[in-house]
Amino acid sequence: MTTFALLLITGLGLGALYFLIAAGLSLIWGLMRVLNFAHGAFFTVAAYAGWSAMRLVSGASPEVQWIVAVLVAVAVGGVFATLTEIVLVRPLYARHVGQVLVTVGLALAAISLVQGSFGSDPKTVQLPGWMTATTTIVGANIPNTRLLVIVIAALVFGLLLFFLRRTRFGLIVRAGVENRAMVQALGIDVQRAFTLVFAIGGMAAGLAGMLAGTYYGTIDPGRGTSMLIFAFIVVIIGGLGSVTGSALAAVVVGVLQQFLNFYGAAGVGDFSVVLLLAVVLLVRPGGFSGASG
Amino acid sequence: MTPRVRIALAVVLVVLVALPAIGVALPGVFEGALNAPGTLNLLGLCFVFGALALTYDLVFGYVGLLSFGHALYFATGVYVTAIAVTRWHWSLAAALALTALVSVVLPLVLGAVCLRMRDIPFAMVTLAFAQAGSILVAQNPFGLTGGEEGLALGGSSLPAGLIGVANTRNLYWIALALLLVVYAIAWVAVNSPAGRVWQAIRENERRVSVLGLNPYLYKLGAFVLSAFLASATGVVYLLLQGGANPQVTTADFTLALLVMVVLGGVGTLWGAVLGGVVYEYLDFRLISLANTGTVQSLPGVLRVPLSEPLFLLGVLFIVLVLFVPGGLGGLLRRRTA
Repeated sequence: MTTFALLLITGLGLGALYFLIAAGLSLIWGLMRVLNFAHGAFFTVAAYAGWSAMRLVSGASPEVQWIVAVLVAVAVGGVFATLTEIVLVRPLYARHVGQVLVTVGLALAAISLVQGSFGSDPKTVQLPGWMTATTTIVGANIPNTRLLVIVIAALVFGLLLFFLRRTRFGLIVRAGVENRAMVQALGIDVQRAFTLVFAIGGMAAGLAGMLAGTYYGTIDPGRGTSMLIFAFIVVIIGGLGSVTGSALAAVVVGVLQQFLNFYGAAGVGDFSVVLLLAVVLLVRPGGFSGASG
Repeated sequence: MTPRVRIALAVVLVVLVALPAIGVALPGVFEGALNAPGTLNLLGLCFVFGALALTYDLVFGYVGLLSFGHALYFATGVYVTAIAVTRWHWSLAAALALTALVSVVLPLVLGAVCLRMRDIPFAMVTLAFAQAGSILVAQNPFGLTGGEEGLALGGSSLPAGLIGVANTRNLYWIALALLLVVYAIAWVAVNSPAGRVWQAIRENERRVSVLGLNPYLYKLGAFVLSAFLASATGVVYLLLQGGANPQVTTADFTLALLVMVVLGGVGTLWGAVLGGVVYEYLDFRLISLANTGTVQSLPGVLRVPLSEPLFLLGVLFIVLVLFVPGGLGGLLRRRTA
């Protein structure tokens, strides 16, 4: 029971990180039909920006340091993503493959630049004392970072749903996912919505970058790319363009991966997630929330 | 092709074949003389990547399938042969037979699943399968793949002519032959009736199915042919490198392939070859450039980006996609036209 609770909550924490990356990917895909490979670069660059900010304010208390790092990561992720949309993606409007290729180039360049500047060894993230402590839940000692990551991701999920369902821009985004041509025909400037989903996606990815640093205790240049691949899987399983679907799929993927990696041999969990993807595609090509066919 | 171009190509080919006998040094272009083992090895790798880029261009440039899993099939050639020869001590011929079998069956099964999706979802699914392959290799199941360490090619069953620095020229000729054979097969394929259907699918898939053809089968055929040829280039890569390294299974490797094809020009055979050759050459030379005194003495703002070949190639790639959609091939063609 103890192990079960520990694995479940660790898996949920991993799922929370996947969700933060996948939500932006899914919205960007749904609205713009762009597969954004640069998402892993947003994640990595923001994490290193947060880590550097943390070192700049090293005189402050650990809590303040951590909060500064998270805020800087979110801001850098958002700004980087907005610039990417305006400078690189927008000029290639109507060339979908070109848009994908440009984000691939950006991902390669940005991540190798981070690696060149900071080295490829992991950097330790200084955490406040209470984060490294554990909380006992049904007999299991759960690291507080896991709980923190889950709570923050749940808050972001709530905020995103509020934004999508209760605000005018959210309405435009949802309508755009359904039928972009119709939204444009009604005289609404979809271009602004494009920039907006990129900014939101970049902020969420930046947050994920710093939270992953909190979750693992370290940051390294390669993690963004490896998490991006699982986030892609989450996006497809959840149904492209659906935030709720991504949340559900992120939980399933994170928990499944954690349990199988523990009870099976190492790597079995990662492998089964890919198999799950293949099964979902064969049974329901549109994912959990998508229409079949 | 004008007679002039034909003569020029014939001369280039003769020079390439005779290269191991030419002891001329080209300072700045290659470190050693042209027939030094290091130079021949680099050129051999350039040919392998030219051929590999060509196999990728078959699916991406001619059928319009944006696969992010091509590294998996290259790695199949590398790892199946390496395991059979080194771990199981099979003869090279038996190992090649097994590799050939696997490199038809694997893409057939995976392609049948992946091709249920189109466009970008197809790209994501191929990426996921390639990632599964990468995880498998990294986990070192039954101690077969050597995990992160890679697997040095060994065993008593390798022909003596393929081992050792002194025999680099044999490997060079094999790599050159590989490039020519893959080019010939690709040329025949894209100019065959099936090749015309592939290009029709790229332009308008629905129209092809309205004409009474089944695009799924044609796409699967192209996918399997391209994957099989990629495995063949993987075998030659294994011989040239003298071992398998897990780098070739990663998503980054597929992305590099994509860069090569776009660099050279999508949808032209010789453009893809050019892209592969130029990419591998730049990737290798930029590393030695980064270690020169001039670059090392620069301030950090300039030194760091210049020391990262992937950064330079990534930026070059972005510039090409934004401003030169036809790639190097397109530029040359515009010049000559």
